[in-house]
Amino acid sequence: MRLLRPLVIFIGLIAAWQIAVMLIGVPPFILPSPADVAGALIKRQEVLLGHAGVTLLEIVLGLALGVLFGAFGALVMSYFAPARRWLLPVLVISQAIPVFALAPVLVLWLGFGMASKVAMATLIIFFPVTAALFDGLRRTDPGLLDLARTMNASRGAILRHIRIPAALPAFASGVRVATAVAPIGAIVGEWVGSSSGLGFLMLHANARMQIDTMFAALFLLAIMAVALYFAVDAALSRLLTWQPDTQPSED
Amino acid sequence: MTDTTSSPHTVSRLTVRVRGARLAFGGRTLFDGLDFDVAGGQWTCVLGPSGVGKTSLLRLIAGLTSPKTGSETEGTVSTDDGNPVFHRVAYMAQQDLLAPWLSTLDNVLLGSRLRGEPPDRDRAHALLEKVGLGANMSDLPAALSGGMRQRAALARTLMEDRPIVLMDEPFSALDAITRVRLQDLAAENLSGKTVLLVTHDPLEALRLGHRIYVLAARPATFDRVIEPTGAPPRNLHDSTVLGEQGDLLDQLARADTEGLVS
Repeated sequence: MRLLRPLVIFIGLIAAWQIAVMLIGVPPFILPSPADVAGALIKRQEVLLGHAGVTLLEIVLGLALGVLFGAFGALVMSYFAPARRWLLPVLVISQAIPVFALAPVLVLWLGFGMASKVAMATLIIFFPVTAALFDGLRRTDPGLLDLARTMNASRGAILRHIRIPAALPAFASGVRVATAVAPIGAIVGEWVGSSSGLGFLMLHANARMQIDTMFAALFLLAIMAVALYFAVDAALSRLLTWQPDTQPSED
Repeated sequence: MTDTTSSPHTVSRLTVRVRGARLAFGGRTLFDGLDFDVAGGQWTCVLGPSGVGKTSLLRLIAGLTSPKTGSETEGTVSTDDGNPVFHRVAYMAQQDLLAPWLSTLDNVLLGSRLRGEPPDRDRAHALLEKVGLGANMSDLPAALSGGMRQRAALARTLMEDRPIVLMDEPFSALDAITRVRLQDLAAENLSGKTVLLVTHDPLEALRLGHRIYVLAARPATFDRVIEPTGAPPRNLHDSTVLGEQGDLLDQLARADTEGLVS
């Protein structure tokens, strides 16, 4: 059932889409039917897959860098009190600036290539990861810390053996959120200025009234985002087998 | 004489002296100028109603700051060999404090892991066998019952092998039968150590303590020091134990009402 359920949801959504198109009778240049989109997917698969590969690479690189920097930032803030006092306000200010507004600047500085999109995704991912891990590091069971102190543990040993493992569930929540928002960074970057990627392809197709291609790109993007999310979620669950799921399945 | 005098752990018989202990919380003094000794190689129990400052007293000896913000603890803690107490104590709390991501065995080895020492797996195995968890070494804490978890915590305390053992209501969250079994297990395995047990259960203090201090009133003083006869763990059917329990319950109830009035 666990594997069947997403399949049922997927088929249900496609069916609802097809029925809506048939009932409302919208022209294909407003909303193409699933059959039209499938046609475009097959007919233009080489172009679509090429651009999808670029976008996927941007998302994965942005995710990796964002998680890396985010984790590093949280660890530094948790370990060094001055870093906490100085870095935290900077972080909050950095998030007050809408990341979308930074996109043109990033393209100006880093060019039309992949770097500006990866930077964009990294910027979006960095904050939820830092906030989640920092929060987790601050919320270690005080009893466990007392115990570690009576065991002559150094601060470094407490961080490594107590605080970090205890903060992993919070970190995992941050990474899940980051995975869900990562495609936004890449796509916005592509919209602002690029010559490849699914975001670029969508704008390009839209301008040429190739609405079926536009929807095919959107479809591929959705599939990629969902697949990435499930892959990351599965990896995190495997890492955190000790964390009990307290929500009963019948709940 | 009790059997502890013939225990081989003569080196570990360290007496802890607390002088001039003071605890203030939110501008109110809970106790001041409190003196007491935790006799070497014996079980000393501190009994009192909740909120009287028992835990703070224990944390003062352990060298831990108070968990509550706005509370001040001070006092001198010394030992009869002149060396500091800190780093010579093992700590056991009401919560088992098992790391949920570590197996039972790795939890017992936590101390050596934190100090970067090579883990003595054989000893950990032996201790877990001793507390009856031989079959659960690779289980995560979430898979253990409350009693088993506290057994694992006891094994971890024993693994540390410190001369002074500080216990803060370690058995109070357990059911009656499990509690009695764990008291026996602790008494048997910690004989010869200098033990301070903080509890609100008079029967527990009377079963395990060589000396029992009753902390009551506000500011709190040691109203009474009881030295029950016979070697712990004492028999639950012993009429003197039961008689003393009645007296202590009366006294604690009185202290509790006074605390509410003041």
